[in-house]
Amino acid sequence: MNLRKYLVLVLVMLFGGTGDVLLKRGMQQLEPIRFSHLAQDLLGALGNPWVVVGILCLIAFFASYLVALSWADLSYVLPATALGYVLVAVLSKYLLHENVSAFRWAGILLISCGVGWVTRGPALTEPQPQGTQHDKQMLRKPREQHEPA
Amino acid sequence: MNPLKLWSAIGMIVLASSAGDVLLSSAMKRIGDLDELQTRSGILAVVGKIFRERHFLMGLGCMAVGFFSLLTALSWGDASLVAPASASLTFMVSAALAKIFLKENVDRRRWMSALLVCIGVVLLAQ
Repeated sequence: MNLRKYLVLVLVMLFGGTGDVLLKRGMQQLEPIRFSHLAQDLLGALGNPWVVVGILCLIAFFASYLVALSWADLSYVLPATALGYVLVAVLSKYLLHENVSAFRWAGILLISCGVGWVTRGPALTEPQPQGTQHDKQMLRKPREQHEPA
Repeated sequence: MNPLKLWSAIGMIVLASSAGDVLLSSAMKRIGDLDELQTRSGILAVVGKIFRERHFLMGLGCMAVGFFSLLTALSWGDASLVAPASASLTFMVSAALAKIFLKENVDRRRWMSALLVCIGVVLLAQ
């Protein structure tokens, strides 16, 4: 893991979080989607500018997500990018003027702990062979040994 | 809004995005480090290679289904319920699928992190 790779993870969380908040903002302005006019209503949502900018953010999110997946495990990338949810909470407070309760701050704390923990581990692991003997060996090994260069 | 309908939409988001995650991850692992590929053969080669990967296209389809289910669910239910509920469930399901299909070594550290994030996301919904 070098600085550039951490930057890619940061982009994943920035674009993901912003995209979600923008979509939410857009969908709030629209009528509820009707089951009987599902396709029509969903396509109609694409006419809302907030939804469009949200989708652009999510496309950028998708591109950086693909880059991250090209050198890291899925079970590493998912928690590592979870700080995006924290961003959603913070943006909701300031952009959408929602209340952030004590529960939410506790949630933010837990997510941050999980993220800190997983990013200190190896980003890429060897495919797991059959049997448990190898697992134990992997757990005993210091992490620097299987951290990719 | 009928809770059964809302939770079916959430279930749809979770299934589609977890399947999409796993397929995309599998495609990107087959292609290898995009940074290296780009310095070797340029950005167009990277894009071309990605779009020729079958798992990528299938993953993209799953993600599209997940995305439209999310839009639908967001318009039916509270965003502060829908987003965290689907995200935290997707977390655990994806970790399980990564272990089963991608043979990733999801060790105690990763399970615990996934669990912490999952609980954290649920708390965010309070």
